[in-house]
Amino acid sequence: MPEFLQFLASGLTVGAIYALVALGFTLIYNASDVINFAQGEFVMLGGMVTVFATAAGVPLPLAALIAIVATVLVGLALHRFAIAPARGASAVTLIIITIGASILLRGLAAVIFDKRFHSLPPIAGNKPLLVGGAAILPQSIIVLAATAVIVVLLWALMTRTLIGKALLATAANRLAARLVGIDTGRMVGLSFVVSAAIGAIGGILVTPITLTSYDVGTLLALKGFAAAMLGGMGSPLGAVLGGLIVGLLEAFGAGYVSSAYKDAIAFLVILDVLFVMPHGLFGRAGVERV
Amino acid sequence: MGTLHVAAAAALTTLVFAGATTAANAEVKIGAVLSATGPASFLGDPEKKTLEMYVADINAKGGINGQQIKLFVYDDGGDPNQARTFGTRLIEEDKVDALLAGSTTATTMAIIPLAEEAKTPLINFAGAVQAVYPVKPWNFKTPHTDLMACEKIFEDLKKRNLTKIAMISGTDAFGKSMHDQCKTVTTKYGIDVLHEETYGPRDSDMTPQLTNIKGKAGVQAVVNPGFGQGPAIVTRNYRQLGITVPLYESHGVGSKQYIDLAGAAAEGVRLPAAALLVAEKLPDNDPQKKVVVDYKKTYEAKTGQPVSTFGGHMYDGLMILVDAMKRAGSADKAKVRNEIEKTRGFMGTGGVVNMSPTDHLGLDLSAFRMLEIKNGDWTLVQ
Repeated sequence: MPEFLQFLASGLTVGAIYALVALGFTLIYNASDVINFAQGEFVMLGGMVTVFATAAGVPLPLAALIAIVATVLVGLALHRFAIAPARGASAVTLIIITIGASILLRGLAAVIFDKRFHSLPPIAGNKPLLVGGAAILPQSIIVLAATAVIVVLLWALMTRTLIGKALLATAANRLAARLVGIDTGRMVGLSFVVSAAIGAIGGILVTPITLTSYDVGTLLALKGFAAAMLGGMGSPLGAVLGGLIVGLLEAFGAGYVSSAYKDAIAFLVILDVLFVMPHGLFGRAGVERV
Repeated sequence: MGTLHVAAAAALTTLVFAGATTAANAEVKIGAVLSATGPASFLGDPEKKTLEMYVADINAKGGINGQQIKLFVYDDGGDPNQARTFGTRLIEEDKVDALLAGSTTATTMAIIPLAEEAKTPLINFAGAVQAVYPVKPWNFKTPHTDLMACEKIFEDLKKRNLTKIAMISGTDAFGKSMHDQCKTVTTKYGIDVLHEETYGPRDSDMTPQLTNIKGKAGVQAVVNPGFGQGPAIVTRNYRQLGITVPLYESHGVGSKQYIDLAGAAAEGVRLPAAALLVAEKLPDNDPQKKVVVDYKKTYEAKTGQPVSTFGGHMYDGLMILVDAMKRAGSADKAKVRNEIEKTRGFMGTGGVVNMSPTDHLGLDLSAFRMLEIKNGDWTLVQ
């Protein structure tokens, strides 16, 4: 039983990170049909900017704020200078643009920061909490709690505010949204802002556990993308559940089956699900935008 | 009149000699392919800095045999395909006289066949034993092998009477190779491997694997072959789970960065490493003390970064090559190769190097020191 709890804690922590990345994918995909492969770089920027700001003597909370603002600015710039000018291009072209942006951001980070791994001090100390024989880091609980808060806030934003409704309308039907007076271009920009902020917050929170470096974004983008696909591209709830499931699959795969095949196990399950449910667990089936 | 003649003759002779030396003065070309960026940048970056630093120094002091060194450095980003491409370019386009190349085992294995084919001396900086055994005529290596690291760890385990161990290994080339090498000498040291786990080099959480190790009865110590940030996370997770048996890391984590990343969790961890890590702590009568302290001071003064063993391997490689070229009296590939093979009693940062036709590494176990991390710093285990 302690083993089970330990695997569960490990899976949920790692899964929460994937979930945050998957959420970022989902938001931008909904608003613009673009799969933003630079999402992992937002996570990297959140962590790296905080690390270097604190190293420069800025107190941690302020450093975290600077990191979020900086990442949001990068997200805005990505939309303004790379995505918006290519408006009207096919989805594949836009995806290739985001891959290019991801490589550019990684390269810039390597030059501006450095190529080493960095860590941040955990918010609530390093002393693990013992729950039923499993040792859980306080930071893991913070990551999980923050993910939950972000999901609730996002839900409130989407359903309780006019901006959120405009965003949803843009996602549902861009032409119709524009006809009722929604500035869809601005909404797409907003989706980049929110995604960048979520990515940055995720990066700041997980750095004390997973460490960060200029190139952590690549793998996170891949895992987050798999999570988003599993949950159903476009469904925020699906993204979160998808992320948690991928994390849990890896942890239980490593714990109970074999650590050598843990990634293979996770991806096998994802493939199986997608064979049976091509739109993922919570995807909208058969919606074809014309 | 007579003096004028003599002067003219002298001037002429000088001119002729000057001409002759310029002709011979075509630079010595040394090519390097290093992983200065990417996941192995902590290897390639100090190697590159060391190389550039010392080549500039040698050139300022007049070069080798009066010839200046021309350096070609390429960054393979840790990718063996890139390493092969750059290796080919160095040999075919830049026409280098010797190669100092290969930061990782994977990139090195891509470059060795090129050097063999082009009959160009190569000194590589890979960790794994297959980067030098079986011996190939043109290939040499300066870093300790993973087999030696393992033997050093097992020697220490045996001394402490801890013979039942578990292993958690990285699945990258380094971790895999060291794991396999360790398995070849378990019987020699009477070590029982009770349980084995692995992790991916970019994994961010190893608690599931360590939970299984914790649950295995009878484990007296855990050995973690791996490099990069993986071992740092293993170490953190190890303390998180409250595992109390001793943890042994490999020489792959021999840089201050590991202690920084693992933090308090690194306390009490043991690892085999080159003397460089504890340069100032070596007793004054240690024959290696001077070379390691000198290198450390130079490196840290020039780069402002803490020294790592990896840059030291480059220092050794470059000095062995330069010495060989000096003894050969030229940069002739075959002569230089023969001279590298004749290197005896060379005191490098990695230990005493005694090469032979059957040993292109030339180090023995005494080159490794067993270290323990105490109060966030390395200490020598007596």
